[in-house]
Amino acid sequence: MRKRDLVIIGGGSAGMAAAIEAKKNGIDDILILEKDSVLGGILNQCIHNGFGLTEFKEELTGPEYLSRFAEQVKELGIEYKLDSLVLSITRDKLVTYSNAVDGVVTLEAKAIIFATGCYERSPGAIQLSGDRVSGIITAGTAQKYLNIHGYLAGKRIVILGSGDIGLIMARRMTLEGAKVLCVSELMPYSNGLNRNIAQCLNDYNIPLYLSRSVLRVEGKGRVEKVVLAAVDDKMKFIPGTEMEFECDTLLLSVGLIPYVSLLDNIDVKMSSTRGAMVNDQLETEVPGIFACGNCLHVHDVVDFVTDEGRDAGRSAARYILGEVKKTIKIKVNPGNGIGYVIPQYIETDLNHDITFKFRVRKPIKDVFVNFESNGEVFHKVIKPVLIPSEMVMIKVSKDKLANIKGEEISLYLEERK
Amino acid sequence: MKELTCIVCPRGCRLTIDDELNVTGNFCPRGAQYAKDELTNPKRMITSFVRVKNRKDTVCSVKTSCSVPKGKIFDVMNEIAKVGVDAPTHIGDVVIKDVLGTGADIIITKNID
Repeated sequence: MRKRDLVIIGGGSAGMAAAIEAKKNGIDDILILEKDSVLGGILNQCIHNGFGLTEFKEELTGPEYLSRFAEQVKELGIEYKLDSLVLSITRDKLVTYSNAVDGVVTLEAKAIIFATGCYERSPGAIQLSGDRVSGIITAGTAQKYLNIHGYLAGKRIVILGSGDIGLIMARRMTLEGAKVLCVSELMPYSNGLNRNIAQCLNDYNIPLYLSRSVLRVEGKGRVEKVVLAAVDDKMKFIPGTEMEFECDTLLLSVGLIPYVSLLDNIDVKMSSTRGAMVNDQLETEVPGIFACGNCLHVHDVVDFVTDEGRDAGRSAARYILGEVKKTIKIKVNPGNGIGYVIPQYIETDLNHDITFKFRVRKPIKDVFVNFESNGEVFHKVIKPVLIPSEMVMIKVSKDKLANIKGEEISLYLEERK
Repeated sequence: MKELTCIVCPRGCRLTIDDELNVTGNFCPRGAQYAKDELTNPKRMITSFVRVKNRKDTVCSVKTSCSVPKGKIFDVMNEIAKVGVDAPTHIGDVVIKDVLGTGADIIITKNID
């Protein structure tokens, strides 16, 4: 069986960054397995601009951003296989993939990095009611039809969900000649970036209805009508608030879910993000299997995905070179107001700075983010505004971490009086 | 006084601007400039695609090299729809020079082999 030092599953932003960083840290035997026919993952279809502000201090489109990393992968001579689907992995780090040239191949890897991205929540997953007709598709699928292949998915559109892909598609489809009637959001606040509400909806006078969802879809063969209704604070429809829209397409932008079925198959411990639980090295509970990017937790900005990919690449390199020693096991718990926190464990030592990434459960103003161990707050940060759609990153220095006592720490919000 | 959401970066600052064009709420100088432009001459970047003539079912993404007046967005879109390119394409190649006299070029944003 062919042996490999590092196999990276997924050649998108996280996978490419991981490969480049592992190479720079002394690992030469790297293989990226990518199921699509090009490197770059979802960025290939994200032709709008706004990428790279942190990474390159300029505003790039998705394809421009990815090309900078694809070129580096090629320049560094990192091997990658396209059109190659990973079929299974084992806890012993055997990776089985297939493609049209190699057939079905099993490799033995010293380390594996998961960089498989995420997928869109489906109509079934949100229990969409009404006629089962064509014309109900996810925003990302419509984006691929339009931006890769050049076809509009419909002419009169209703969008359910105010995530960024939905907002971006509202503008894209409007520019290409479709009529976007409205965006409907179940929650009382939008899950998209403020700038996208401004430049994608307000610019084109597309209404955003909050606390409203699709009551039912009507049509014969194709969507003909979408009925929205307001919901109360228990998410129950309020009778008498129906709004009808004659349209041919319903786009869904109702959430992204880490794509982890390969890890599920080997029963890797999962967290509430629906990604794997990881330690401060982004390593899952299986030694030598790492996870980064949107398959770990869904990010808002690709620059942060790249950064996390680099962290995973560096960690995998250190693991392969035998430089990592696990000396402790401290559990990191999300407390009051915190949805999730990464990493879930600190396992190496407390002699390095650690960046904690988390999301809040609901919008909140003027709070302390407290880091607590053994009943004592060892780090405290003031945040004027926190919203669920923005991932928060707080770096805690090793000097502060040295105050940790016991085997658990927790992060929680405390309102400022 | 007018309230705006800054679209310069994902931060999305809430800006206020008064009649003398004094801006508050901006995190960086670009936000102040955005607010002033928005009141005097609002502009937007446009991203779209052009057909790739020698590839089936394939388009190549493009963008304006700088932002263009908001009122001309759909006119620029019509100009973009008129052109096609042949693969291979290279990031930065100009497809339309100075589109509709806006000073912006339409440039390729995707490498297609």
